[in-house]
Amino acid sequence: MKQTISTDAPMNHQAADHDAAAPVSIHDMTVAYHHKPVLWDIDFSAVEGRLTAIIGPNGAGKSTLVKACLGLVPLASGSVRFLGEPYKKRRRLVGYVPQRESIDWDFPASALDVVTMGRYGHLPWCVPPGRKHKNIAMHALEQVGMAEYAKRQISKLSGGQQQRVFLARALAQDAQIYFMDEPLAGVDAATESAIIALLNDLKAKGRTILVVHHDLQTVKEYFDEVMLLNMRIVASGPTSEVFTHDNLRKTYGGKLTILVQAAEALARSGQ
Amino acid sequence: MGSVAVALSASTASLLFAGDAPVVGRSITDNRLIWPSWDVVVRTLSLHSYNTFIVVLGTTLLGIAAGIVGTFTYLRKRAMVSDALSHATLPGIACMFLILGDKNLIGLLSGAVITGILGVLVVLGLRHVSRLKEDAAIGIVLSVFFGAGMVLVTFAQQVKTGDPSGLNRFIYGKPAGMIRLDAALICIAAAAVIIGVVLLFKEFRIVCFDQQFAATQGWPVNLIDVLMMGLLVLTTVVGLQAVGLILVVALLIIPAAAARFWTDGLLKMTLLSGLFGALSGYLGSTISALFARLPTGPVIVVCAGVLFFISMFFAPRRGVIASLIRKHRLRRRIAFQNLLRDLTELEEAVGRGARVPLPALLAKRRWVGVDLRRALAQAVDQGMTTSDEQQQVRLTRSGRAEGLRVLRNHRLWEMYLISHADIAPSHVDRDADLIEHLLPPDLVRELEEALEQQARIPPSPHVKGALP
Repeated sequence: MKQTISTDAPMNHQAADHDAAAPVSIHDMTVAYHHKPVLWDIDFSAVEGRLTAIIGPNGAGKSTLVKACLGLVPLASGSVRFLGEPYKKRRRLVGYVPQRESIDWDFPASALDVVTMGRYGHLPWCVPPGRKHKNIAMHALEQVGMAEYAKRQISKLSGGQQQRVFLARALAQDAQIYFMDEPLAGVDAATESAIIALLNDLKAKGRTILVVHHDLQTVKEYFDEVMLLNMRIVASGPTSEVFTHDNLRKTYGGKLTILVQAAEALARSGQ
Repeated sequence: MGSVAVALSASTASLLFAGDAPVVGRSITDNRLIWPSWDVVVRTLSLHSYNTFIVVLGTTLLGIAAGIVGTFTYLRKRAMVSDALSHATLPGIACMFLILGDKNLIGLLSGAVITGILGVLVVLGLRHVSRLKEDAAIGIVLSVFFGAGMVLVTFAQQVKTGDPSGLNRFIYGKPAGMIRLDAALICIAAAAVIIGVVLLFKEFRIVCFDQQFAATQGWPVNLIDVLMMGLLVLTTVVGLQAVGLILVVALLIIPAAAARFWTDGLLKMTLLSGLFGALSGYLGSTISALFARLPTGPVIVVCAGVLFFISMFFAPRRGVIASLIRKHRLRRRIAFQNLLRDLTELEEAVGRGARVPLPALLAKRRWVGVDLRRALAQAVDQGMTTSDEQQQVRLTRSGRAEGLRVLRNHRLWEMYLISHADIAPSHVDRDADLIEHLLPPDLVRELEEALEQQARIPPSPHVKGALP
């Protein structure tokens, strides 16, 4: 009913290609912007109850991958499954933390207003969030240490506090699987450790968390699993095995000349 | 930019058509303002005449509807789309006039709805199929549809018999000609807007704030946009006769923009915007009823403009004056703290209880004369310094305590910049000066921890040998 963009490409998909037990399973995903492919043939299965980092250079398609999984960007081919079902059947199990820059923080809303929006997915049309949902939102604010700022207008919060509000909104969604787009970008040290503590807390409760991350120095310390992405998946798996110099050089070093040239040729032909 | 130019040139033209009440027994070239007699004032304000009542009721209700819908168009950053929409109604009105004649109001307005929506769709379509930016797309649609409308209106007036200037009322607005049906239509639109916004408040809020997050939760963003646009179209079309298609956009944008100054909550903003819209409509129509030659639509918009400027200047917190006062207070606080710090540092060099002559203070930093005089007066007022006949300044006990606190913050911040931010000691004083006045107590504690400087005042990094 509420579906806007299909997470499935029109033509192909075989449920058999997906790992039905995996919280998130991506099969053969290709995504293109204006006919220019930005992700090629992504195959990936998230490991349940683990903290996974998605890393790669600028323009590698990290945010696009997340958006494609959540149906915000149409797929050129391939499909995504959440516990064996397409996104529209599982959206209540999935929480999302977008990039902080993606919204206008001067919007007339308090921190609590924003966090309460995390509950809207659990409400039918035309029904306002009642006391029960506001309490859940308030509890989420407490969990990120922001209860005292509940009534504050969101533009009057610091960058780190705004990020915590976004995180609280995702907590209020009460999901099993979380996608977070650079939750640690531009936050102060106190917020960073608070967020990491929270992620470990979620992990301990068996939640699966995929985090777009930019700081290579902290990957080993924070994450169990890692996906190295640069238009395609260079490597993915347990951090100790995959996060190697060799793989990092493949991900970050040099241009993927053939892929980039092919993408640009496709883009030109599409205009 | 183009759209503004079109709107301006068109509204200049509107002045030529503006007189909406016939004035008996006066020359047509006589356009002095006519002051109302006492009798007229009483009759107007008490809504004695049925016609006045209809006009005031209609414009007030229109203001409420436009203010409420406008809040969401404003927050969705679609304000200019509504301008394209209103201008695009003209060809529809002219076409329906050619088909049905002047008398069928519902017919004319349905024509307005059709081409209005078409205009919005073309704006969206232009952006989709070409790489045109939204402002250019709006400018093109607005001017082309309006131009086409004007051509059709001229044609229609030559072909059809009947009131030759009947269509101008949609362009420039002519609320004095409003009849019961018009007021009833506005009433229905206002009711639809209020019911729609009450029911869909949550949906409108999340789409305006974060449309991608809304989409991940399964809300059909496009459908919600269409519903919002539907209320906008409804309000615009019923507002055409009251304020005219050129100025109706003002009622959609200005009350919302004014309301934003007063509150940080969406519900309050929506209610306030409706109130401002209602006030504009009421005041505008009443004033123009009092002064026979004043055109109603423009007066309504001017009233909205006055409310906007009052809000912009006088609103607490977000208003211009409030923020000037804040800046002024901060400047005074900085000057005051700098004075105490300078005196403390001079004491540190010369000895406790030193009498400091003004030239010595002026030599410490680049003072603006006013700031120093004010800071000195404030310090004496608060008993932090004493001043003798030779204008020599001396710290009191409480002044010294405050001065030491300020000095300590300054030095802590300097140390932090040098040790943690790699700023050269020669530059650090300037950087430290700006921020140290704003350091909240918890940050000072953090600085102390970072530097392990408990309670002691660190030595100045500018004195040789003070740093390892």
